[in-house]
Amino acid sequence: MCLGIPGQITELVDLEFLVAKVDIGGVKRDVIITCVVDDEHPAESCIGDWVLVHAGFAMSRLDEEDAARTLALLAELGDMQAEMEIMRQVGASA
Amino acid sequence: MKYMDEFRDPATAKKLVAEIHKLASTALSQREPLQIMEFCGGHTHTLFKYGIESMLPDNIEMVHGPGCPVCVLPMARVDDCVAIAEQPGVIFTTFGDAMRVPGTRKSLLQAKADGCDVRMVYSPMDALALARKNPEREVVFFALGFETTMPSTALTLLQAHREGLKNFSLFCNHITTPATMRAILTDPDLRLDGFLAPGHVSMVIGTHPYDFVTRDYHKPLVITGFEPLDMLQALWMLVKQFAEGRCEVENQYARIVPEAGNVAGLKAIAEVYETREHSEFRGLGNIGDAGIQIREAYAAYDAEKKFGLPFDFAQGAVGYDPEHLKCADVLRGVIKPWECPAFAKTCNPQNPLGALMVSPEGSCAAYYAYGKLAKRKETA
Ligand code: SF4
Repeated sequence: MCLGIPGQITELVDLEFLVAKVDIGGVKRDVIITCVVDDEHPAESCIGDWVLVHAGFAMSRLDEEDAARTLALLAELGDMQAEMEIMRQVGASA
Repeated sequence: MKYMDEFRDPATAKKLVAEIHKLASTALSQREPLQIMEFCGGHTHTLFKYGIESMLPDNIEMVHGPGCPVCVLPMARVDDCVAIAEQPGVIFTTFGDAMRVPGTRKSLLQAKADGCDVRMVYSPMDALALARKNPEREVVFFALGFETTMPSTALTLLQAHREGLKNFSLFCNHITTPATMRAILTDPDLRLDGFLAPGHVSMVIGTHPYDFVTRDYHKPLVITGFEPLDMLQALWMLVKQFAEGRCEVENQYARIVPEAGNVAGLKAIAEVYETREHSEFRGLGNIGDAGIQIREAYAAYDAEKKFGLPFDFAQGAVGYDPEHLKCADVLRGVIKPWECPAFAKTCNPQNPLGALMVSPEGSCAAYYAYGKLAKRKETA
């Protein structure tokens, strides 16, 4: 619950409510990006960015290396499978 | 992958371990081991997985903290969840971890098997989507977790408010990290010397909410990430503080944790939540300011108000842990999991009696999965 999964923002879905499509380990789903958007990083500039996704919300920006490391760590700890499974079950863009 | 090799570089790990040993042998007492608590269950997991504990010198001891939101859930709170789920027309939604936590009557999973509409979701936004799709039903989301998940539930509630959804509510069971740490620091059974602080909680709250730990309790604290090298580096930073007689809040995880935290997340939390007067947490008892509730302005989205709670919890009910289950003592770091009479006998991950055995972040589950070695070392 607390570890978070890295994903890459691929497109903007809703600029008003700050929803973006994020590719999380191959599963694409809608993610709220409110917490990673500010004057310095307007929503329009987020495409391609790597973010740490907690429970469907992007909570922090991270660089690509960090994303790769975190994904590897999660895979090793075995924590990602369960969450990815739920993500798939619930529907990639519920 | 190149970067991973760098990050898992055994040479760096070896160097860090050697540095820790050097500091420990020259600057620390050889008799009284330093007791360092890793607050977060994610860290406990990493410690075990990579055998970090066994690399440490004998005069450094890790104490596993209560930092797993599912683990601090009192049984009475699970009972309340089940009671809400049993109301006609309710769709009760929750993160997966919470499904298997035993209540005094049953777990949510058993409630589901008994015909209640309990659904596992990945995000509170999934629960909101269910509310939109099922206007004739009441959709309740079980909001739990430390500060890591608080922005997401707060923002979801604000979104429901914006849309004017009438059939969505949160059953709020969040808990704040600094207040929980304060409770641990005032626990007379515990003798702690320093903390490894949770990385992703800190990403939301920043570094300053920990200032009281160094100021009022004179315990050094290092915020750290979840990679083995993160934790080794943080331990080295902590031991160095002891060696140099410093006591500070340091941030090993600066690549993710800004000093001021997440501004948008904190704003949403402040808008939606306030501290609760009475909150009972498993193992920690009543911590006045650690629990939070939904502000009056958003009472329409508060499942406690909507369903006429308190059934139990909000009256300051106690945990009702059966005598022979030692979850509370394990949670506070007073005993190790294998000292609980139920451990690995009647209580195991397939049939958990306590929450510590449910989530992989719980220390009993970690001991069960990796713990045999640790036991041998500790009893040696
Ligand atoms: S072994 Fe089971 S009953 Fe004993 S402390 Fe751990 S979770 Fe609780």
